[in-house]
Amino acid sequence: MDNDLSVLNLVKKFGDFSAVDQVTFDVPQGSFFSILGPSGCGKTTLLRMVAGFEEPTSGSIQIRGRDMAGVAPNQRPVNLVFQHLALFPMMNVAENIAFGLKRRKVDSATIKKQTEEILERVGLPGYGQQRINQLSGGQKQRVAIARCLVLEPLVLLLDEPLGALDLKLREQMKVELKKLQAKVGTTFVYITHDQSEALVMSDRIAVMNKGRYEQIGTPQELYGKPLTPFVAQFVGDNNVWSGEVVEQSGKNIVMKTDEGFVFRTVIQGSIAVGQHADLYLRPETIRIQPADKEALNCFNVTVKTILFDGANSRLLTVTPQEHELLVALPQNRSFDHIKPGQDIEVGWHPDAAICFRAEG
Amino acid sequence: MAVPRSSKAVFWIFLAPVLCWLLLLIVLPHLDLLRMSFAGENELGDMTWTLQNYRNFFTEPIYWNTFLRTAVFSIITTFITFLLAMPVAFYIVKVVRPRLQGAMMLMLLLPFWVSELVRIYGWMILLRESGVINHFLVKFGLIDRPIEMLYNDATMIMGLVYTSMLFMVVPLISVMESLDDSLIEAAYDLGSSKSVIWFKIILPHCKPGITSGSIVVFMLVLGNYLTPNLMGGKNSLWFTEQIYNQFIASFNWNQGAAFGFLLLLLSSLIIWIGLKLSRQKLGEVAS
Repeated sequence: MDNDLSVLNLVKKFGDFSAVDQVTFDVPQGSFFSILGPSGCGKTTLLRMVAGFEEPTSGSIQIRGRDMAGVAPNQRPVNLVFQHLALFPMMNVAENIAFGLKRRKVDSATIKKQTEEILERVGLPGYGQQRINQLSGGQKQRVAIARCLVLEPLVLLLDEPLGALDLKLREQMKVELKKLQAKVGTTFVYITHDQSEALVMSDRIAVMNKGRYEQIGTPQELYGKPLTPFVAQFVGDNNVWSGEVVEQSGKNIVMKTDEGFVFRTVIQGSIAVGQHADLYLRPETIRIQPADKEALNCFNVTVKTILFDGANSRLLTVTPQEHELLVALPQNRSFDHIKPGQDIEVGWHPDAAICFRAEG
Repeated sequence: MAVPRSSKAVFWIFLAPVLCWLLLLIVLPHLDLLRMSFAGENELGDMTWTLQNYRNFFTEPIYWNTFLRTAVFSIITTFITFLLAMPVAFYIVKVVRPRLQGAMMLMLLLPFWVSELVRIYGWMILLRESGVINHFLVKFGLIDRPIEMLYNDATMIMGLVYTSMLFMVVPLISVMESLDDSLIEAAYDLGSSKSVIWFKIILPHCKPGITSGSIVVFMLVLGNYLTPNLMGGKNSLWFTEQIYNQFIASFNWNQGAAFGFLLLLLSSLIIWIGLKLSRQKLGEVAS
């Protein structure tokens, strides 16, 4: 498959500080690609370089095989949806959408037709004459995207456009954006610090930290098989233990945590007896009152509180050593008897955890 | 909601000084001037009501020529000031590093710590026939003999622009500070050239600041007496000079009052036309 966007060894330095450090990735045509990372990890800088607002210190950006070095933002076949949308308040919706087309000297009949078409497509038919300040947050969002899509860019860049919306609307827009992308088939490059946005919408995600890429993969890969401790912690929730390896045969190890639990598990990469390891365990991999105790790592915990959140409900539990542990609480009524303060037995399968050699 | 009696009293107490100020220093003198402008003397030397003072203005070409000239030059000066102030404001707000912004504002303000009179004399020292600029031009052989640079319209306009610059830059800076950089970037991203960004994004956004700055500058220039008189010399023919002459030289207060009111009408009229042309309301601009 052809790549719409290829970034090769891209570096951006501000003084001595490397905002983006040796980043390389390809975005296949028509895919939804997300760059996920905490704030200040360099993802906005990366996006601004693709849009042309920042010059890379070194490395290259190619769009459909064409090198973008020295090409001004108004000449690039990409468009950017800004974090705060940057709709022009002095124009109405139709004028905002027509803005880019007018710059291309498209004749007014075509502009009118295309504006109506794109408004239809983003679900705002007949909104052309509305003022920007009359629109709701979600509608502004759609106008901002329509304003870019009407220019048929090869790549649409989105800089955390859902950040300003309230939670309910954000959930709704996530699904809508994904649907819209599938409908128009434009390549989307979406940056966000919200892992659930990235997981829900993307075909592929790149996790970025401190200017570097930690891992690129599908949402399932990132969640199920994180390659680095950072990804394991950043994508999804995890319970963390650190401890020392006491037995090792190949990938299978036995680890003694700092508080004295002995767990069987599988290591990522290599490790030797006596070395330290960090163990990441997702809340949903922990089973409450397991039947098959032999195959699992079992231990007792005390329920502190029930964090009820519908299908995403959890138990906040503590081990006898006051180590907090989140345990998923399936809402199938079989655990309704659990009350705060109760002691329960939990267990997890040795394959379910992700374990890395501790750094340093 | 009922306002308690005491808070109403407090409101009037605080408003009273402003009202006194307006009434005693602005309204009353103007009413008296208005009365004077319609007053005249009959053959016996008694006071009568007459329109003669206003009639004089229209029958004597020198008066209304000066009047028109003042209006046109004030508009030109306002426009030139705007053209110069726009890039200055843009540079201070959007280009310069934030730390330098304060310093640059101070540099703009600094000349205004000196009185207008002294500043104009400063210009005169530079520009007059035996002045600094002529001295160097002759010394470097660029001209053979000194040129008189003072006492012409161009110099006068330059002086007026110089004195009113700040009053245009300050409202432009405050309105430009509210312009989100991402709007400029978005326009650039959507394919605009630099000139389109200026005309479609920056200027429309700055419209209230441009209007309020223009009103202030226009009124200051129109009512300016010192600069046209000193830098334009006797040929400057500024309408304020006519008013001054009537009051002080001819001692014809009635005529002077009539001219004063004509000037007030003129500035009001031009500002009204300006607001109509830019489709704005005075209230919006003032806020």
